[in-house]
Formats: sequence, C-alpha cells, structure tokens
Amino acid sequence: MNKYILSVLVENHSGVLSKISGLFTRRGYNIDSLTVSITEDPSISRMTIVVGGDEEITEQIVKQLNKLVDVIKILELNPEKSISRELALIKVIVKQSTRSLIKETVNIFRGNIVDMDAKSMVIEITGDEKKVSAFAELMKPYGIKEIVRTGLAVLQRGEEMY
Amino acid sequence: MKAAEAIIQCLQRENVKMVFGYPGVPVAPLYEALRNSDIKHILVRHEQAAGHSASGYARVKRTIGVCIATSGPGAINLITGIATAYMDSIPMVAITGQVRTDLIGKDVFQEADIIGATESFTKHSYLVKDAKDIPRIMKEAFYIAKTGRPGPVLVDIPLDIQNTEMEFEYPNVINIRGYKPTVNGHKGQIKRALERIKNSKKPLICVGGGVMSANAEVELIEFIEKSKIPMVHTLMGKDGLISKYPYNVGLIGSHGFKYANKAIAEADVLILVGTRIADRATGGSKSFGKMADIIHIDIDPAEIGKNLSAHIPVVGDCKKILQQLTVGITEIDTKMWLEEINIWKEKFAKDRPNNEKVNPKYTLELLSEMIEEDSIITADVGQNQIWTSHYLDMKCNRRFLTSGGLGTMGYSIPAAVGCKLAFPNRRVVAVMGDGSFQMSMFELGTITQNHLNIIILLFNNSNLGMVREYQSDVYKNTYGVSLSNNPDFVKLVEAYGLSGKKVSTNSELKGAIEQAMASNKTFLIECIVDEEESTL
Repeated sequence: MNKYILSVLVENHSGVLSKISGLFTRRGYNIDSLTVSITEDPSISRMTIVVGGDEEITEQIVKQLNKLVDVIKILELNPEKSISRELALIKVIVKQSTRSLIKETVNIFRGNIVDMDAKSMVIEITGDEKKVSAFAELMKPYGIKEIVRTGLAVLQRGEEMY
Repeated sequence: MKAAEAIIQCLQRENVKMVFGYPGVPVAPLYEALRNSDIKHILVRHEQAAGHSASGYARVKRTIGVCIATSGPGAINLITGIATAYMDSIPMVAITGQVRTDLIGKDVFQEADIIGATESFTKHSYLVKDAKDIPRIMKEAFYIAKTGRPGPVLVDIPLDIQNTEMEFEYPNVINIRGYKPTVNGHKGQIKRALERIKNSKKPLICVGGGVMSANAEVELIEFIEKSKIPMVHTLMGKDGLISKYPYNVGLIGSHGFKYANKAIAEADVLILVGTRIADRATGGSKSFGKMADIIHIDIDPAEIGKNLSAHIPVVGDCKKILQQLTVGITEIDTKMWLEEINIWKEKFAKDRPNNEKVNPKYTLELLSEMIEEDSIITADVGQNQIWTSHYLDMKCNRRFLTSGGLGTMGYSIPAAVGCKLAFPNRRVVAVMGDGSFQMSMFELGTITQNHLNIIILLFNNSNLGMVREYQSDVYKNTYGVSLSNNPDFVKLVEAYGLSGKKVSTNSELKGAIEQAMASNKTFLIECIVDEEESTL
C-alpha cells in the first residue's frame, strides 16, 4: 500500500471537516493523517490528508472529494517535489542513569526538551515523518509515557503555487 | 421584509409553482409567507411522500422539485425521499425548519441534526445562520440542484432566522469557487471516441438515466439514426425510450433480458451514456463489458472508473456530447450485428405461462395498449418493478418513473401524485404490489383532498413477492414475507371516497382497465396474482 499526500483547499466554515471525514468513512477510505489549518486567505482552509491505498483508490478519493461543493482545489503532492514536516511531543520516562543519554539523542535529532520533572521529560521533535518515527523508536527503550503527533504539513517546493 | 417572506420570494424567482410539505411550528413563519404567495402547497400525509411527490413532479416537469418539512421528526421522515432522489440524480430542494439558533445543540424538543443525518445523500446542504445569506443560499441551492449531475440540496432554516427582518435582493450571478461542472466534452476525447467507434464491428450503446436528466432523448436518437448503432438500457434508462424502436435491444442487468446482456458480452465497443453501471446493471458480473473497449460519457467524473474502468472517458453533458459525436460520426455497417442480436432475441424469447389467476405480464402488456400514448407510469419496488420494466411498452412521450437506485418501497403512489399535479391532463398509472401499496396508502388522503385521478394498479399476491422468491430459491423456505391478513383494498379506497375493482382472472382485466380509464376519480385495480408467480 502506497502513501499519497493530498493538499486540499476548502471553504473555511463549520461542517466542512465533518463532510470530508464523513466521505472517507462511508466510502471506506483510510486516512493516515489529516491536518487542517488556515491559509493566507482567511476564507480558505488547507487540509493535508495522507491516505493509504493504490492509484485507483486515490483517483476515486480525489474525484469524490472534488464533488464536494466546499472543496475548492485538490493537489496530489509528489513527495520528492514537496517539503513535509511533522511535530511530535514525546513524554519519556527519565532516570538518573538515562538522562544524559536521552539528552544526547535529542541534540542529534535537533529536538528540544520543553518540560522536565524528576521522573520524565517532554521532548519536541520536528521533521518529516521518518525522522519523527525514528526518534520515537529510539525513545521506546526508555519508556514513552505519552506521544502526540500533528500529522503532516506539506507544501510544494519552489515557485509553483496553486 | 421577514426572512420567511424572502425565502418564498426566492422560490418565486426560481419559478416554483408548487411545493409538497408538512408544517410544524418551526416552519410556521414560512407557511405564513406561503399563504400570501401564489405558490400552491400540497399537504402530504407523511413527509416521506413530500420527497417522492416532489421527485415525481421534478422528473416529469423537468424542473426542480421542492419539499418542506418541519424540524426533528419531520425532517427525519423526509430522509427517505431525499436519499431516493439522490440515488436517481433528481433535482430537488428540500427546506427544513430548525429549532432556534440559540437552542441548537441543546437537544430541545423536535431538534435533530438533519444536515449531519443527510450528509451522505445530499448533493450539498446549508444551515442558515444569518438571514442576510438567504438569497445567496437559495440561489446556490437551486443552481447546484439542477446543474452538473442533478441531486437534492437541503436548506435548514432555524425558526428565529425565519422571523428576522432583512433587506431582500436576489443575486444575479453565481460564483461558487468549488463548484464548476464540466458541460462540453473534451474535443480530443470525442475524436478518440469517434475513431474507435468507426473501427468497430459490434458497437453497442448503453443508455442510463442520465440521458433523460440531460433531456438528450432526441440527440440520442439522432446519433443512433446516423450511426446505425444498436442500444441497450438500464432500469433508469427505460424512461424516454421507445420500446419497439428497432435499435432498442432492451433492458440489461441482473433483472434484464438475456439477449440484452448477451449483446453487452459480445460487443467490441461499448458506449456508456449517462449510466454509472451500477451493480444491478452488471448483475454483479466481473466480466461485464470485458470484451469491449469502453467509452464512458458521464457528467460526473467520479462515476467514470468507479465501477468499470473506461478506455475513453468523456466528461460532460451527454446532450452536448451526443451532438458532438453525431457531427463526426458516419454510418457503421451494423447489419450483421443487428441480425445476430435479433436471433438471440428470438431464441431467448419467453413463453408466457397461462396462469389461472391474473398474469402480471399480460396485465402490463394490455395496459400498455389501452392507455394513452403519453401516459405517465410509476412503478414501485419488488416484482412489480421488474414486471413493469419488462412489459410496459414505451411509446411516444410516455414516461416511466421508478426508484432505480435506492429501491424505495412506497415510491409509486406519492410519485404519481407529483406527476398528476404536474400534468393534470395526462393519464397517470401507479403500479405496485400489496406490500408497497401499504407503505404509502396514507397518500390516498392527499389524492382525495386534491381530487387527483390516478389509476392504482395493485398486484396482490399476499406476499412480499420478491423476498419470498429469493428465500424460496436460496433457503428453500420462506419467513416473514406473508401478508395473509391484508385488508379489503377495494373497501379501503372506498373509505376515502374512491372506487376500485378486484380482478381475479385475466378475462376480467380489460373491463377493469376500461372502467378505471372512464372513472373521474382515482380507481384501484386489484389484481389477484399467484404467489408463485416469478419475477423473470
């Protein structure tokens, strides 16, 4: 199963998110991640949807999304021609013996320790999906108490705009 | 003016002459405005019927059907009507009342999230939050309902909004940035399609309901006459086609004719026009059209490649595309191909069994001969639908309406009500079984109140016949399908001041149809059918 990144510009009013997520549910499409944010135009929101499936399913998803009146434009992003970032906050269990080891890993990944107490610390890590996953993997042996990931934010490279 | 009056003004601007509805307090301001307008309101007996009647009205009048329901249960009862219209791509605007804006989300009396409930089967929907948006929303609702692939649009209007004072100005232009349906076919694709058709030996056109919704019956015939390509049709495609037209091979699908399905299987080029090739049209067969190159013409790009992958997709209005194709096409030598099809037609022709009780197939053939050529026939769902789709002879501008996509029982009577109100001078016949009749028999009230003259052709086998047949085939037994305690249907219509006749043998049929045709009010013909009578 491949991953496809759809950047969807939608009308910014209530109910749009439920229309889009409802469409995925009832047609049995899988969402890997979905982020919503405002754009430079306050009447338009951008949804970045990462879907799993084959080309045929993705084509259907795009067509069905396009049928929604609130969907203004859809662009299928080529991962090689776009920049993607994800933010994760990871709460890791800390002991006297592991503290400096964890700190070192955080530095290598250019993350930040944003909160800390005697037993745990919260690490902020930014990067593409793989980097965030790799970091989370390294933290597993120490014990991850909680993790939250934002999902992908993606923009096309260069001057091309839509 | 009050927002409620503005809504009615919008309806008038959209040339709405008639609405089907059922009032309640949350639409009371709207009804007050309706009272003072020249729009006719038809009070149904259940909101579901308002949806079906508006749909029937829209289909025959080729306009947009409008129905109104109150908040909560009223709106929810309307759901089946909306979903039925959605599946058959019928243009409709449904207006529902909603509880006061400040009460939304508080689970107050008669509150329901109708936008959420209907989301998956409306083309679009609006919850009005500001009265000043009403003119724009109404204009957009009508535009979206009728353009592109038609469908129902819901406008949900809270009670307090209806009472708000506002300035009324109806917009002249529409600009919905997320909605720009394609009308004209892509020239390159049309050229490719023409090339492929010209090189075919066994081309076949498959007509769906989209031809009728695009008002493209004439363009279709022009294309066929010039190209000499035969056609088959889906259940929704039957409407508007002349059955005995020499190029019309007939109904395809799981409940279609064998020879029509055979033609599909043998064709080398299949031109799909306004059909989504639904599961009932393919009979669930994975090999459907596998031998052929598929040219798929549809206004909805999402239908192309959804059920069947197309070699040459052409997105746009099939009226326009058929015109474009006709210009470029030349006559194809299909003589041998037509002969081949005709041989199958004879080979697979069915013998009509001689039943002791009334034979529904014979009944429909007889009815087809006796009623006026421009009659409008609605069929319900079940065996009656298949019998009608097989044996109703389409002539001249005769119409055939049924719930093809959703398969909604109880459709035929309210749809017939809508048809009769649209064309009071045309004959309207509703065909149904005893199951479907009882799902909408409350509409006899609407019929009586509005003095509508409809022929109700009821096939009574005291069973839910289609399910009974399925259970007998699959489980060798039946369960939960017997309607053995049916009421006396003739007496029932008489209670409404209408009349009817029970027919138990084929020989009584002619007299009964004559009597029904001569009647000046709605007449029930109850045909007693053998419960073993088969669908096909």
